[in-house]
Amino acid sequence: MIKKLVLTAAAVALSATTSLAATEVTWWHAMGGELGKKLEEVAQKFNESQSEYKVVPVFKGTYPETLTAAIAAFRAGQQPAIVQVFEVGTGTMMAAKGAVYPVYQVMKDAGEPWDTKGFLAPVTGYYSDAEGNILSMPFNSSTPIMYYNKDVFKKAGLDPEVAPKTWAELATMGKKIVDSGAATCGFTLSYAATWVGLENYSAIQDLPFGTLQNGFGGTKTEFTFNGPNQAKFWDSLKKAQDDKVFKYGGPGGAAESAPMFYSQQCAVYMGSSASRAGVINNAKGFEVGFAPMPYDDTVTKEPKNSIIGGATLWTLNGQKDKNVYKGVAKFFTYLSKPEVQADWHQFTGYLPITNAAYELGQSQGYYEKNPGSDIAIKQIMRGTPSDNSKGVRFGNLTQIRDLVDQQFEAVLSGKKTGQQALDEAAKQGNAILREFEAANSN
Amino acid sequence: MQTKRTVFQARLLPYALLAPQLIITMIFFVWPALQAVYQSFLREDPFGLSAKFVWFQNYTRLIGDASYLNSLSVTFVFAVGVTAVSMTVSLLFAVCVNRALKSGRFYTTMLVWPYALAPAASGLLWWFMFNPSVGLIPYVLNLVGYDWNHRLHEGDAMILIIIAASWKQISYNFLFFVAGLQSVPHSLTEAAAIDGAGPVKRFWTVVFPLLSPTAFFLAVINITYAMFDTLPIIDAVTSGGPSQSTNILVYKVYADGFIGLSLGPSAAQSVVLMLIVVLLTVVQFRWVERKVQY
Repeated sequence: MIKKLVLTAAAVALSATTSLAATEVTWWHAMGGELGKKLEEVAQKFNESQSEYKVVPVFKGTYPETLTAAIAAFRAGQQPAIVQVFEVGTGTMMAAKGAVYPVYQVMKDAGEPWDTKGFLAPVTGYYSDAEGNILSMPFNSSTPIMYYNKDVFKKAGLDPEVAPKTWAELATMGKKIVDSGAATCGFTLSYAATWVGLENYSAIQDLPFGTLQNGFGGTKTEFTFNGPNQAKFWDSLKKAQDDKVFKYGGPGGAAESAPMFYSQQCAVYMGSSASRAGVINNAKGFEVGFAPMPYDDTVTKEPKNSIIGGATLWTLNGQKDKNVYKGVAKFFTYLSKPEVQADWHQFTGYLPITNAAYELGQSQGYYEKNPGSDIAIKQIMRGTPSDNSKGVRFGNLTQIRDLVDQQFEAVLSGKKTGQQALDEAAKQGNAILREFEAANSN
Repeated sequence: MQTKRTVFQARLLPYALLAPQLIITMIFFVWPALQAVYQSFLREDPFGLSAKFVWFQNYTRLIGDASYLNSLSVTFVFAVGVTAVSMTVSLLFAVCVNRALKSGRFYTTMLVWPYALAPAASGLLWWFMFNPSVGLIPYVLNLVGYDWNHRLHEGDAMILIIIAASWKQISYNFLFFVAGLQSVPHSLTEAAAIDGAGPVKRFWTVVFPLLSPTAFFLAVINITYAMFDTLPIIDAVTSGGPSQSTNILVYKVYADGFIGLSLGPSAAQSVVLMLIVVLLTVVQFRWVERKVQY
C-alpha cells in the first residue's frame, strides 16, 4: 500500500516537473562588467517573453578562457548549447565540423523563419562558409574607431572639430601636441600589432593579409602581411615612439592604452567601437571626439571598409535533449529582432547586426542625439569590400597574434626593422598554419 | 586459523589506510601525466574529433624550434636569478633575526607573511607597483633618469619577474635558514670566538659550512619553484613578453596548450618538463641521503 502511494507520488512529481520546467539552454559567454549585466538582461527578457525555454547565461572569463572551457567541456561531453566565441577563434570553430551545429542548419531544422538578407553584409560575410551559409549567430561585432581628446587638441592650438584623417596627419598633430605640452603622448593603440595595426591597417589600405582571400578560401592559406607597406607602417610607429608621439600600451588589447587616454596622457586612442560607453564614462573632465580610423595616403586615396572584431554565438553539437536546439533557434530569432538589436547596439556601442536595427536607431533619432555613434557603421559599410577587406580567417589565430605582438615589440625596442619583424612573424605564423592544416586533415 | 585471519586483516589494513592517498595520487597526478605522455605522440584538433599518431614528431619539432630554445635559456636565467636573490636575501634576514634576541619572533612572523599570499595576487601587486603608466616605481625611476618599461625592455621584464617571484620565496627560505641557524651548536661559535675569530670569520668558517645541507636543499627547492610554481606570477606580470623574453617553459606549455590550443606540441613540452622534475628530484634525494651520512 505504502509502496503504491510512494510510486504514485513519484509519478505525479515527475509529470509535474516535465510539464512545468522549461527546457534549459545554457549559454557560455565572456562578457564581464556592464556588458555582462546587459547580456543577462537580454537573456532574462527572452525568458520572460515565453515559457517553453529558459536561457541560462554563464560567465566564463575572457574570450580565450571561454573558448578553452567550451572545448574542454566538449571533450568531456558537458558542452553548453551556445558558446560565445571571439572572431579570432572563428577559423578554429569553422574547422571543427563535428563539434559545431551551424546556425543556418539550426534554424532550418527547427523550422524557424530566418531572413539573412536583413543582416549587415560585412558582418555575416565574416562568419559564412564558401557557399554563403551563416555558421554562427552574429551577436556583438565591433570595429576600431578613433577617440580623441578635444580639450587637448584645443590646448595644442589644433581645431578640436577636425580629427586627423591620415596617419601622416596624425603624426604631425601628435608632434604638435607633444611639443606644445598639451599632452605627453600623441596617440596610443589597442591591438597595436594585430587587429588595429595590422589586420585593419591591411584591410583599409586594401593590402592582402594572406593568400586564398585572407584565408576565406581554405586552410592552405599563407600569410602575406609582410608587404613593404605594412613594414613601412610599423617603422613609422617606431619612429613615432622615438618622437614620443606614440606610446605602446602592451600586447593584445593593450591593458594600458585606454587608461593613458583617460588620464589625458595620450591625446588619441584607437580601439573598439564597443569601448564607446567605457570611454564616455571614464573621460572625466574632457570632451571626447569620435572619428573614423586614419588611412595611409601614401598607399591609398580611397580607404576600404574596416574589418570587424567582437564575437558570435556558436551552437555546439551533442545536446541529449533535441528540444534544446529548438530553444536555441527561438532565442536567435529573438536576438535578431530590431528592438532587441537596437537596444544592445545603443547600450554597448557594438554594431547593429541587422539593417532594421540600424534603421530603427535612425528613426528614433539616436545617431543625431549621440554624435559619433554611427562612425563605426559607416566605416564598415563604406565602398565595396575587396578580398582584402572582407576579413581574415586563419586557424590558431590567437597563437599567431601573440607572436605578431612579440615581433612588434622587437621593432619598438629597436632590435628589428619592420620588414625583418614581419618576415619573421609570417614565417612563424605559416608554420602554425601548416600545423593547423595538418591537424584538421587527419 | 585465528592467527592466519589476523595476519590477513593486517595485510589488508595498510592498503586500506593508504588507499585514499593512493587514489588521489592516481587520479590527479599519475593519470593526467600518462595522458600527457599519450597526447604528446598525437596530432589532434582542439575538439578531439580526430587524432593521428605521429610518433616523436612533436618532440623533434621542439629541438629545432627557436622559441622553445629561447624559452629554455630564459628559464635558466630566471631560475638561477630567483634562487640566488631569494636565498641571499633570506639568509641575510635569517642571520639578522637570529641575532635579535627579543624581537626575533616578531620579525619572523612579519617575514613569513608574504608566503601566505596567492601567487596571482602577489603578481598583481608587483604589476601595479611597476606599471609603466600608473606605477609608483617607474615614476620614481624616471625622476632619477631611468626609463623603466618592462612592456618594451627585456631586461626590465626579467628583473621584474625575478623580484616578484623571489619576494614570496624569501619567506620560505627564511624559515629554513632560521631553523638551520638555531641548530648550530653555541659551543662551536663560542670556541671560535675564544680563538679570536670575528663575527664575519665565524660565520663563513663555522656557521655557513654547517648550514650547507640546508642551503643545498633550498637551492633544489628554489629551482623547482622558479621553474614550475611561478606561472601565475608570469601570467599576471608579463604574460611571457616582451618578445618572449620572460616566456619560461611552464608558461609556454600553458600558452601553447590552453590559449593556442595546439595540444600535441604542448603535451610534448610538458613531458620534457616532467623529465626535468624527475631529474631534480633524483638529485635532491641523493643529497638528502648523503646528508644523513654527513
